[in-house]
Amino acid sequence: MTDVLPRLDAAAPDAAPILRAGQPTRWRAVFTTSPIATIGGSIILFWTLCAIFAPWITFHPPNKIDPMLIVDPYPSAAHWLGVDNLGRDMWARIVYGARTVLTVAPIAVLCAATLGSFLGLLAGYRGGWIDALIMRIGDTLLAFPKIILYLIIIAKFGASAFNIIAVIGITSAPIIARIVRAVTLDVKNRDYVAAARMRGESPLYIMLVEILPNVRGPLIVDFFLRLGYTTIAIGVLGFLGVGLPPPDPDWGGMVKETYAMLFVFPHMTLIPCFAISTLVIGFNFLATGLKEAGHDG
Amino acid sequence: MADADILTIEGVCIDAKGRRGTSRIVQDVSFSIRPGEAFGLVGESGCGKSTVALAAMRYLGSGLSLTGGRILFEGRDIAAMGVSELRSLRGNRIAMVYQDPMSSLNPVMTIGRQLIEVPLLHGETDPAKARHRAITMLGEVRLPDAAAMMGRYPHQLSGGQQQRVVIAMALMAEPALLVMDEPTTGLDVTIEAAILELVRELRQKFGTSILFISHNLGTVARLCDRIGVLYAGRLVETGTIRDVFKTPAHPYTRGLLAALPDHGADTRRTGGHARLSPIEGTLNAADRARIGCAFAPRCGYVEHSICSTAPIPLVAVRSGADQVARCARLHVVATTAPARAAKPVAIAAAASTGGRLLLALDHLSKRYDLGSRFGSGSTTAVYALSDASMQARAGETLAIVGESGSGKSTLAKVVSGLIPATGGSATLNGTEIGTVAVDKRSADMRRRVQMVFQNPDATLNPSHSIEFALTRPLRQQRGLSRAQARTEVVRLMERVRLPADLLRRKPHQLSGGQRQRVAVARSLAGQPDLIIADEPVSALDVSVQAAIVNLLGELLESGELGLVLISHDLGLVRHMADWVAVMYLGRIVEYGPASQVFAGPFHPYTEALLEAAPRPDPDARAPAIVLSGSMPSPTQRLVGCVFASRCPRKLNGLCEQVPPPVHTFEQHTIACHLDLGGVVTQAS
Repeated sequence: MTDVLPRLDAAAPDAAPILRAGQPTRWRAVFTTSPIATIGGSIILFWTLCAIFAPWITFHPPNKIDPMLIVDPYPSAAHWLGVDNLGRDMWARIVYGARTVLTVAPIAVLCAATLGSFLGLLAGYRGGWIDALIMRIGDTLLAFPKIILYLIIIAKFGASAFNIIAVIGITSAPIIARIVRAVTLDVKNRDYVAAARMRGESPLYIMLVEILPNVRGPLIVDFFLRLGYTTIAIGVLGFLGVGLPPPDPDWGGMVKETYAMLFVFPHMTLIPCFAISTLVIGFNFLATGLKEAGHDG
Repeated sequence: MADADILTIEGVCIDAKGRRGTSRIVQDVSFSIRPGEAFGLVGESGCGKSTVALAAMRYLGSGLSLTGGRILFEGRDIAAMGVSELRSLRGNRIAMVYQDPMSSLNPVMTIGRQLIEVPLLHGETDPAKARHRAITMLGEVRLPDAAAMMGRYPHQLSGGQQQRVVIAMALMAEPALLVMDEPTTGLDVTIEAAILELVRELRQKFGTSILFISHNLGTVARLCDRIGVLYAGRLVETGTIRDVFKTPAHPYTRGLLAALPDHGADTRRTGGHARLSPIEGTLNAADRARIGCAFAPRCGYVEHSICSTAPIPLVAVRSGADQVARCARLHVVATTAPARAAKPVAIAAAASTGGRLLLALDHLSKRYDLGSRFGSGSTTAVYALSDASMQARAGETLAIVGESGSGKSTLAKVVSGLIPATGGSATLNGTEIGTVAVDKRSADMRRRVQMVFQNPDATLNPSHSIEFALTRPLRQQRGLSRAQARTEVVRLMERVRLPADLLRRKPHQLSGGQRQRVAVARSLAGQPDLIIADEPVSALDVSVQAAIVNLLGELLESGELGLVLISHDLGLVRHMADWVAVMYLGRIVEYGPASQVFAGPFHPYTEALLEAAPRPDPDARAPAIVLSGSMPSPTQRLVGCVFASRCPRKLNGLCEQVPPPVHTFEQHTIACHLDLGGVVTQAS
């Protein structure tokens, strides 16, 4: 039974991952270990760069109408993506449209996340009637068909960037509140929260310092998913004609103005559709990658 | 000899493939199990003991692969078996019992259907016969009213009963080998003792071989014939249970045995706290890959020129004996006195009796009102704690023992203010705190009572660094400036024997023992009078437990601080406590100085607890008292003795109806109807 055969310890773990230090490495790890996150990130980076450097990478003003160009609206050397039904440069309108969507969507989602987190923390930590009140109001809001809600509010207050942000912020907040509340209900019974209570921390401190950081993971994943949804929502609003007021370029609005000519000049409609789709896919891929890397738990 | 063995494991190596390459988790493990033999596999968490067991059934999860050695079951190589052959082997010849019975049973099927399934899947064609066998087997595992049990669902059973059902299910196929992976770890001591007795009986009756995996040396000693000790995926010692426990050869085995609190009744000294001998250091991931001995970095006998340069073979400890150990310096280790005998006893000189009175509980009670159901006007109440009276003094440890559901954690929460009491009083330094919730207490009062929690995973906020976790209470409770707090944090870390460079780490980068030390440091930050430790070591490995126990003992030496220790581990209580309160169903059944409580006479419940506690001694006799049944529901207000329904010495007609009188022996009180002697005072 005695083992006398000498064996070599062949399988030495090369660079055993014992220490993970701080956030930057983890973010880097997300992109190096998850191809899907890399793809999503690249798409988002592309549109972000487009939006930032819009004036330098376009050669025609986005709102300049030139009826002469409608004779041959297809892509050419002068107009990379062709022109639209009013002879405006598609490339310029797409790139400036990215500016719109990439400012409105993140601001709207940030508002929703802030409001939602606060309500979720309050509902989860306090419980009782505060919880019931917050969650029931949220449920009521969620029970409405969203598009109708958007239309009602924007019809009442008018179409503007601020109103779009407000409407998306308010309608998304209940979902975020629900996520935050679920985590709060779990975390508030952990021993470190009991320890904080025993040393007399205020409820606000416990909610913001002890609980909120632990919601970070699911919140970040949801943030990117929600950016995707919001991109679609902004597109839908534009398509329904209640988006940002013309003539400023807006992807949804571009689809709306040209879809009647889909079979004559397909590029005028399909290019903004493609832009919306890629950006949404980019956000979703990044969210999936983050989820895989364990950012939600 | 190999032909007769049920299971032979030869030089097994198992690799885990991860995102960052492969690592070896089991390295060259060899042992064999003979027919009817019980083989215990012990080791700390992460040492690969469950992986070996799964490999024996060829059940390795994804990413794990057998990369060396052979596993023979009844002489056949299981790696060469086909799928159908393997399936019939798993059901018929090998059965497994896991730690958590609830996850082994299907919650939507009755016990009966799940049991009958086993023989029907393995050749039995007559459902009536299968049913009959199932009922017989439920009787064999000592479940009351077996026929009725067949129609129940798993959630209607207690944890102990569920585990019995799982064992019955495993035995239904009359397997040659029963693999038990920590089968009693989640259970109370009294239930654990009953399950172990059952397994022992069934083993004799059916002649089943057992592979018993446990981190608890006491349970292994009670059940097994032979033992294998794993460290970092390597088998460091095997032998008969008696040889290994009496003359441990490998330094790690010696360390494990020495780290246990001594169960002998005579070790309790007067004054001061004896130290346990922990194994220094922790198991690092890098140790697994060491060429030589994986234990070398933590070993007291290490000689790196010998231990770390070449692979160490298993060598016989003595000629003729079955005991082998993987140590290059066996002769040196053997000639040095065993660590257990060399254990330093009573290092503190200061007698710790009669310290300042800190905490006094007087008929403290806690009732939860569950509210009324719709329609019926009656309300349900849970009597979590009833009439608890006891005292804790500075420099002393008051231990509270009892099974889960006995109200000991409720007591801790009431004293700490997390939940307010509903009756009686608790005073700290003369100030009422029992009915005052923590957010209503004064800042000074809050500072004086601190808590150390059980679960090292939940005790520290995973989002904050260790430094933050310690700085915050210093600044908040003692009002220190940033600079003062910084120096004080370093002092706290020294006090709990942690290197200051851990301060910048996050909790997940620390081991369980280190996290628990940080938790102790955090509780000390406000310079409290009283620390409540709720099962502070029960989630830790044996070798780490000892260090935390020593640390808590040291804190008391100053005489300024009192400790309330809540534990189910009588070995630990016997080691640490000055005063002991035994609780059952929210009531104190016995209370007194530890020396008197452990000397007897005993309350029958205390006696049962003492009998049930597993001892790391293979020659310890089987427990004379094994409690049956489970604790009654705390929603009933019992008139008589709370323990009457399970008491082996119950006086019929008296115990259930009449509140027990209190017997007093010097400072020691027992609430019982039995004639235990002493001065009897009628209970109110």
